[in-house]
Amino acid sequence: MTWLMVALGAAVGAPLRYLADRFVQARHDSVFPWGTHAANATACLLLGFTAALALPPAVAAFAGTGLLGALSTYSTFGYETYRLVRTGARFLAFANAAASIAAGLGAALIGAAVARSITG
Amino acid sequence: MSTEPGRTGATAAQTDPPVDPDVDLRSPGQVRELARRPWAVIGAIAAGGAIGATARHAADVLLPHAPGQLPLSTLLVNVSGALLIGVLMVVVEARPGSRLLRPFLGTGVLGGYTTFSTHVVDVQHLLEAGRPGWALLYLGGTLFGALAAVAAGVAAAEAVLRKGKR
Repeated sequence: MTWLMVALGAAVGAPLRYLADRFVQARHDSVFPWGTHAANATACLLLGFTAALALPPAVAAFAGTGLLGALSTYSTFGYETYRLVRTGARFLAFANAAASIAAGLGAALIGAAVARSITG
Repeated sequence: MSTEPGRTGATAAQTDPPVDPDVDLRSPGQVRELARRPWAVIGAIAAGGAIGATARHAADVLLPHAPGQLPLSTLLVNVSGALLIGVLMVVVEARPGSRLLRPFLGTGVLGGYTTFSTHVVDVQHLLEAGRPGWALLYLGGTLFGALAAVAAGVAAAEAVLRKGKR
């Protein structure tokens, strides 16, 4: 059951990342990977929220491990940061890594705080 | 930007390799791929994502970690996924005709396999468990491990392609 929920959640989360990436990338004209940044930060906010709730295992597998795990990506983030280093945009590479981690952590903390304020 | 010999690029998109493995809208082919074959592209990403996330879940089951402990499985998943995307992007650039290769393997399988959100929430949990040193080690280890892994994957794939051309 858990395995199926993980697979189903990811089958939703991965296409959502692709569509979100396209949506964001179509709205600016720079080499900075805002699309992945937005998908990762959003996934961190929602995972911070869901991880702080005592969800049934099947729901946690679908939403947390599956959907929000696949909505975010470390491989694409890593490749983009590497490309920025390799093409000489070292400051952008550093900014991308620092901003992604800072925004992700901030978003996760906000998500967790909201969840805890709801559950009390 | 990149003008290494051995690239067979004739168009601007190929001489300036993609920055974004999910979708790079500076590549004319990728701008059109969704309109041209929406269900094939979305279906390939969904199927790939399901396969990748299942593999990640398998790593969690094989290498479980208690709360407040170093999440070794997520670290290994993210670093190995970075190695594989380095290899994949070289292959994708060398085979522009394989249109579903990047959506299926890159956006889908490797995007679903690796996770930024779980990594960050792991860091949050280590901090909340009073383990700031472990949090920093895990954060830096994943970041620098992944960057080195992408570089190693790209270098290995380029070396194999060069050897194959000779």
